[in-house]
Amino acid sequence: MKQYRAHLLVCAGTGCVSCGAFKIKAALEQEVKKRNLQDEIQVVATGCNGFCERGPIVLVQPDGIFYQLLQVEDVPHLVEEHLLKGRPVKKLMYVPPAEKQPVPKMKDIEFFKHQRLIVLRNRGRIDPEKIEEYIAFDGYEALAKALSEMTPQAVIDEILFSGLRGRGGAGFPTGKKWAAAAKEKRSPKYLICNGDEGDPGAFMDRSVLEADPHAVLEGMIIGAKAVGASKGFVYIRHEYPLALKRMEIAIAQARESGLLGQDILGTGFDFDLEIVQGAGAFVSGEESALIASVEGRIAMPRQRPPYPAQRGLWGQPTVINNVETWATVPNIIRRGADWFQGLGTETSKGTKIFALVGKIANTGLVEVPMGISLREIVYGIGGGIPDKRDFKAVQIGGPSGGCLPAKLLDLPVDYESLTAAGAMMGSGGMIVMDDKTCMVDIAKYFLNFLQDESCGKCVSCREGTQRMYEIVKAITEGKGKESDLALLEELAQITKDASMCGLGQTAGNPVLTTLRYFRHEYEAHILDKRCPAGVCKSLIRYVVLAEKCTGCQSCKKACPNDCIKGTLKDIHLIDQSKCIKCGACKEACKFEAIEEQRDEAIQII
Amino acid sequence: MPAKKKLTIQDLAKIREKTKSLMTIREGEGRARVTVHMGTCGIAAGARDIMDALLGEIGKANIQDVIVTTSGCAGLCNAEPMMTVEIKNQPPVKYGQLTPDKLRKIFVQHILGGQMVTDLVLVVGSETVY
Amino acid sequence: MDTDKTRTQSIIDKHQGLQKNLIAILLDVQECFNYLPPDALRHVAKALDMPLIDILGVATFYRAFSLKPRGKHTCLVCLGTACHVRGGPKILEELERKLAIPAGETTKDGQFTLETVACLGCCAIGPVVVVDGEYHGHATIRKIGPILEKYQKPAAS
Repeated sequence: MKQYRAHLLVCAGTGCVSCGAFKIKAALEQEVKKRNLQDEIQVVATGCNGFCERGPIVLVQPDGIFYQLLQVEDVPHLVEEHLLKGRPVKKLMYVPPAEKQPVPKMKDIEFFKHQRLIVLRNRGRIDPEKIEEYIAFDGYEALAKALSEMTPQAVIDEILFSGLRGRGGAGFPTGKKWAAAAKEKRSPKYLICNGDEGDPGAFMDRSVLEADPHAVLEGMIIGAKAVGASKGFVYIRHEYPLALKRMEIAIAQARESGLLGQDILGTGFDFDLEIVQGAGAFVSGEESALIASVEGRIAMPRQRPPYPAQRGLWGQPTVINNVETWATVPNIIRRGADWFQGLGTETSKGTKIFALVGKIANTGLVEVPMGISLREIVYGIGGGIPDKRDFKAVQIGGPSGGCLPAKLLDLPVDYESLTAAGAMMGSGGMIVMDDKTCMVDIAKYFLNFLQDESCGKCVSCREGTQRMYEIVKAITEGKGKESDLALLEELAQITKDASMCGLGQTAGNPVLTTLRYFRHEYEAHILDKRCPAGVCKSLIRYVVLAEKCTGCQSCKKACPNDCIKGTLKDIHLIDQSKCIKCGACKEACKFEAIEEQRDEAIQII
Repeated sequence: MPAKKKLTIQDLAKIREKTKSLMTIREGEGRARVTVHMGTCGIAAGARDIMDALLGEIGKANIQDVIVTTSGCAGLCNAEPMMTVEIKNQPPVKYGQLTPDKLRKIFVQHILGGQMVTDLVLVVGSETVY
Repeated sequence: MDTDKTRTQSIIDKHQGLQKNLIAILLDVQECFNYLPPDALRHVAKALDMPLIDILGVATFYRAFSLKPRGKHTCLVCLGTACHVRGGPKILEELERKLAIPAGETTKDGQFTLETVACLGCCAIGPVVVVDGEYHGHATIRKIGPILEKYQKPAAS
């Protein structure tokens, strides 16, 4: 390593990579070389910055200037102006919505300003493929402390006292899990890192694996010492190729440096890790199903107790924590349980990462202290709803969670408050919805997902999710009956009560919360045969607004079914008998002259 | 820098010490900020050599918190190559007509030692910005 | 074919022929043949000393596996929640119309396989369509035609 005067930190999380981040990185390297600056300026690919909406992103340090939405064509200008002449390029900076002046510095941008980084502390700062960069920012210091200065019991006590709870869903105290496994006399003992992040709309675990894989490793090695485990498995979804690659590199580097394998750091402790690839099954995120999957079998949950801490992988004591939890551990050991205790609320300590997505201005990953209000996240950090639309709901906790309405915006985000409101922390997906989102359609979406992903072991879950899906689907098609709502509530409750694992036990939540907070939308679909949000295809029709139509023929050309009539400069007309309601005409119209008509009841034939 | 041998706890601390100095720049904070004026005129007058010498000195001294940036022409082209040294809580100091040797002197005496090299100083303080 | 057999065997060897590595073996077999050919599955069953039914159980349980040959190009539509609220289903419908197949099927000419995925985690650029690993973000109904055309063109040799 050598001294450079400036570092160009190119975000290389999946979001930015899918927008062409590696092309930007190559262009920067080429341009830097062309200007003969390669000895002064280093181009680094880092993990996800979290502000995915604005990718590709480059942060210039030490200046702290944040460039966003970069194109390859911008690169020569950027290098010449900023790095050669020292003039930051305004037109590539972030301009907040409804403002005119760009915000040059990353730390001044609202999205970043209110976050508190613990797990994501290295995001956008280190090259995740270089172990020495992780070490430079205090990496493996906690491990050294745990191996040389602390007894296994002291490590467990520290985690217990910190109040850390599982970040993967249910929020079980991590220290208790460890203590239970440590108590077991049998060996070998195993550790599993649960990186089977299956919640649609949640991607914080992927981001941690991509941005800071060594933090996960360090947490696991500390955990291994605490419970006396000899072998660990990192389970990662095959849909996350970049995370898999970075973790492979990290494990190889750790092994080469003697941080994994035999006699770790010369302390006589042995532990090793291997990666297990998932193959796409939502239920394998459940811990007993995950164990089956690591063993190479069908990911079907089993009855608990015995819990994995007693009988886990191949019948041996096993500790399973998710990615975010493992990555939190080194921070607690390094900075002390007292420090961690001081963050968050009475029952929910520390920070939590949320994936803020959907109808929100600033899509991305945010790490905030527990107890922050939904309003602060959605409006303070997220920048509110785009296109001047109204907030309707935020869906928290994935398919196991629920939809919370505007009146709960001041709810503090912690495990207990969310559960009381009918949602759950889950892995931390937050999908924001506006008035153009139909809540019945959302319930249908999750039920479809759940009935598809139910492993089929428990009748209540297999049949319950399917029946609920059929009923809700009928409602969205205008075929609902008044009695359906009571039936849905009953089914949701039974599915909850009679199913064995978390998937079934929470499968009713999307239906129950939408029924609880948005019953009027169900009623509109059933009684008035209309979809207030204009989403459900059977209950809307596309019409041309005569006063806005300019007769430009764009819609006519876009229509795949040839059902729009009208000559140039004449008001167009949609033939309802032929319309397949694909929405192509609405998308094509530049004058907002096509609308889903939804105010009057549409007769179902 | 692939670590071929297995690390001990002492090695870990050593790596941290060594690499930290190279990485603090990513935090965007430091005790001193040195701006080398690199407009076309500055580069033509040899600002590139000054930059090279400066980076060389920082590397040799193995210090962590000196931030080097560039800026455009400082407007006093006959004094090029120029640089501005800003020590925390002190007014900026501009040096002109630099050579790598003069740079080394400034580096040791001012940037490391905190004492202005008076005979090389062009001006102290900033320009007034309206 | 002999070559297919040796390819399957080398995959099994890579994973030490262990039953616990079954999923990893099947992922690699699929990567190699683009689907799970019946012969390969029989071969795996024999090599791991497992009943074929258990192999098939795993192969049909996980979403990643396909027992049918897949098209030259794989077209993946993200139907995660974020893409859903931003219009993902309309994009899928358009693809189903354009390719004249439902999701999960392969076109008759063997060019495209249309699949859906529950979330790719790049929610910021949703709705997302991925063709052969290349991401097409902010997808609209009108962009679908040009995207498909790009892959339909015979590769310039």
